[in-house]
Amino acid sequence: MNKGLTLEDVAISKGNAPLLSLSYDIAPGEVLSIMGPSGVGKSTLLAFVTGTLAADFRATGRVMLDGMDITDAPAHQRRVGILFQDDLLFPHLSVGANLAFGLRAGGTVVDRKTRIDAALAEVGLDGFADRDPATLSGGQKARVALMRMLLSDPCALLLDEPFSRLDTALRAQVRDLVFARAKARALPVLMVTHDVEDAAAAGGEIMTLTPLH
Amino acid sequence: MKSRRLLPVLPALTLLAMLGPVVAGLYGTVLPAFGHFPAAGLTGPTLSPFYDLFDWAGLPRAVMLSVGVGIGSTVIALAIVALLTAGWSGTAAFRFLERLLSPLLSVPHAAAAFGLAFLITPSGWISRALSPAVTGWDRPPDLLIVQDAWGLTMMAGLVIKEVPFLLLITLAALGQADTQRSVAVAQALGYGRLTGWLKTVFPRVYAQIRLPVYVVLAYAMSVVDVAVILGPNTPPSLSVYIVRLMSDPDIAMRLQGAAAAILQLGLVVAALVAWRIGEWGVAILGKQWIMSGNRGKIDPIVGGMALTAGAVCAFAVFAGIVVLGVWSFAGFWSFPNFLPDQLGLRNWMRFGPGTLDALGETALIASVVTLAALILTIGCLEAEYRHGLNLTARGMWLLYLPLLVPQTAFLPGLQTLMLNIGADVGRVPVMLAHLVFVLPYVFLSLADPFRAWDARLGTIAAALGAGPDRVLWTVRLPMLLRPILTAAAVGLSVSVGQYLATLLIGGGRVATLTTEAVALASGGDRRAIGVYGLMQTGAALVPFTLALIVPVIVWRKRKGLRHE
Repeated sequence: MNKGLTLEDVAISKGNAPLLSLSYDIAPGEVLSIMGPSGVGKSTLLAFVTGTLAADFRATGRVMLDGMDITDAPAHQRRVGILFQDDLLFPHLSVGANLAFGLRAGGTVVDRKTRIDAALAEVGLDGFADRDPATLSGGQKARVALMRMLLSDPCALLLDEPFSRLDTALRAQVRDLVFARAKARALPVLMVTHDVEDAAAAGGEIMTLTPLH
Repeated sequence: MKSRRLLPVLPALTLLAMLGPVVAGLYGTVLPAFGHFPAAGLTGPTLSPFYDLFDWAGLPRAVMLSVGVGIGSTVIALAIVALLTAGWSGTAAFRFLERLLSPLLSVPHAAAAFGLAFLITPSGWISRALSPAVTGWDRPPDLLIVQDAWGLTMMAGLVIKEVPFLLLITLAALGQADTQRSVAVAQALGYGRLTGWLKTVFPRVYAQIRLPVYVVLAYAMSVVDVAVILGPNTPPSLSVYIVRLMSDPDIAMRLQGAAAAILQLGLVVAALVAWRIGEWGVAILGKQWIMSGNRGKIDPIVGGMALTAGAVCAFAVFAGIVVLGVWSFAGFWSFPNFLPDQLGLRNWMRFGPGTLDALGETALIASVVTLAALILTIGCLEAEYRHGLNLTARGMWLLYLPLLVPQTAFLPGLQTLMLNIGADVGRVPVMLAHLVFVLPYVFLSLADPFRAWDARLGTIAAALGAGPDRVLWTVRLPMLLRPILTAAAVGLSVSVGQYLATLLIGGGRVATLTTEAVALASGGDRRAIGVYGLMQTGAALVPFTLALIVPVIVWRKRKGLRHE
């Protein structure tokens, strides 16, 4: 079986205007960084991979994940995790409930609680389960968002400018954490970013998109 | 999989629920208007119902009342709102008025009209407050203020209710236009704040509030309950005359009523066309005004007048509710005493049981209708989100259509149609008729917050393995608790305030707080009116209060949802 995330002859257009086209194999544990000016379609590419492409875009090509063609699968069955520049924690749920939302269904109540507490401990947030996400600092929120995504057991990880809202000191710390966790789980990572430093820190291939029209 | 088949059906069902009764009602109006009325053994077509109508001596006056009150109250309300927003938006005084909006909006038209009447009649509160010290009156003067022949009081009663509505709509539109910077630029160029706003922001805002303004115009031209309470009797406005004809024991009078309903529809259409032409005229004058470079020397005076007018409107509604409350506890109350000579619970003991029955009926109808409207609205919005079935600008017209067609034009027809096909009048048809009016308001109230929800949360939830239904139920709807409850409160208050739909489609057998209260208008028993008016206001106001309080309690530990 061909592990990893494969973009096969992917071409996206808006109306009749072609936006981007690319082909690439992202191996497990590898990071592909995509750079380029605003409006070049970086986030659109991620929407295509997550299955949430808006109706006014058209896309061709295939997305393969661990040998399975997920191009036409519903968004929630793709097992593709994503992090945005905002933490996007669900504001109506506690930190623990946010993680429980991500954690795959199954297991006893005690078992699930243990896994959530362990996930919090893994990123130095012991005892945060009952906290209101709005009371957390930016770095803490980013860590909760990361663990929520990892608990859903994804087979690939997408990053949409994930560190651009964090200040410089925090940025390197969160970035290292994300890449380390992805590597530890052997996840293929597709990151779009404006930031040269982020791309360099990722340590993988850097692809720069230019406007097609 | 069930939802995948059900969801796309909901927009169609919603349109059917909103427009079906309107179309059927207009059809049911046209037939008898041309003499076709099988239930009475009459077959058309003939123009005799129109001849009968034109023979009525009161017709020119009734038509003038309908047109004059409708256009007059809309122009005044729009002018107050535009100048108020122009001169004061962003100030403390404006924020104070803004905070009064929800309660002002939720007060039913009938209760506000009764309250206004109790304030300004010769023996009303204002007269009592000034007598005998200022006026020298020791008995109420013999003046016809309420139900004056020109409909001026009726116009005032409409203005005090339309100002909060138009203000709310304007505030919503302001959020979408980059208004503050425009005004700042204009002020830097030496324009007064009010003139700068009118010249730079108003054209953009008006383009967005145009449809609601049309709704106000159509409503004011065809309103029944306010006209019964505050309008003249001899002759009444056209809409009241229609209702009289439709309630006549002589079933043949319905033909003339249907003809009058067609006339009413024609008048509203003509007034809307005239208003549209007036918009062009105002636009031309406005462009000249802009070209003149006039900086607005009298801004402070105009702004002061607008603020005064806005405050008077708010005061009239609030003081009106207070005076309803005082009357509900009043025993003997001699003129010119400011407060009753005796206070007590007698009125409540006497009318309380009756109001409780009516409250039960009102609550049942309003709850069922609002729940149905919420389900249809959320279904439509979710279908739009999942399947990209967007409401276009033309779709917005469909949404406003039930509010633009005068009630007096299609409700009588709906009643006639039901008579003809032998359908029973009663509670369920009343609910369906209420839904026609409740649905657009619930939709308009919920659509913006629903669409403004950050769709990336949906992407995240889906990436975490949650299907569309789980995202809707466990993420989107809980996060939207506050706007959903607000929409529900809007729906409940619209249903509570329905008069004509309840009266005609209920065949007089469905007694809600509003129909009971308006029925008291002719008797003039102020104590009974006080009790019923207060209950009616409460029935509309309590849901708004709950919509404010419940999210605060439910989300007391969730800071992220507190300021939305």
